[in-house]
Amino acid sequence: MNAVVFLLLALVAVASALGLVLKRNAIHGALFLVVNLGTVAALYLTLRAEFLAAAQVIIYAGAIMVLFVFAIMVLIPGKEESGPDPRRPYRLLAIPVGAALLVELALILGWRGGRAAAPVAPAPGGVEAIGRLLFTDYLFPFELTSVLLLAAMVGVLVLARRRAT
Amino acid sequence: MVPDIWYLALGAVLFSIGVLGVIVRRNPLVIFMSIELMLNAVNLSFVAFGHRLGSPDGQALVFFVMAVAAAEVAVGLAIIVAIFRLRHRLSVDDLSVMRW
Repeated sequence: MNAVVFLLLALVAVASALGLVLKRNAIHGALFLVVNLGTVAALYLTLRAEFLAAAQVIIYAGAIMVLFVFAIMVLIPGKEESGPDPRRPYRLLAIPVGAALLVELALILGWRGGRAAAPVAPAPGGVEAIGRLLFTDYLFPFELTSVLLLAAMVGVLVLARRRAT
Repeated sequence: MVPDIWYLALGAVLFSIGVLGVIVRRNPLVIFMSIELMLNAVNLSFVAFGHRLGSPDGQALVFFVMAVAAAEVAVGLAIIVAIFRLRHRLSVDDLSVMRW
């Protein structure tokens, strides 16, 4: 049962990722990416990471993808990749390069990952454990995150402002 | 019970597709979305490792990756919009402003 659920989710995830890469229209790509993020959230659920599944839907599928869709609509989609590609031969190199990367990753996984780790202790209780960890061991990085987000926000305001000339 | 190696394999496949997207596509927005795809693949591996080792640290790290990704997307999209305002075209082949 678990395996069937995983295989279905994995199939949808890979198909939507391919859709993002292969579809010409950027809006279609964005919608495919939303599907992909949703399936990854479901995969988090199967790994018993409920907090991350919720955060994934709220932050990624909610906030970030809305930003993307807005940017795509502002920037007039659908025209930018039409016409012949002057650098097509170079771009086609991406296929062997990507395949080589995939083979390397598979080799690493087959070599190291296949070996069973120490017997798995039952994961300590979900959300509570993460909250405890974030506010004790990771307290400093957690506070730094707020500074990072503030800096990003100010930077975006500066970049997006129209020059008052 | 699904073995964790399957999750790692799925992460590897998604990451490779993301790399392919970054190299092949000409639209900077799609390139950005491919980067998000790669970040997600890595997050999935983090969670799978955390699950295997029975520790919540992997999930905490994923939380930080999400925060950094949010900041990165905001700044990156602002840069793309600013360049588009300057150039009125949107293709990475034209973007040599920052090259000397």
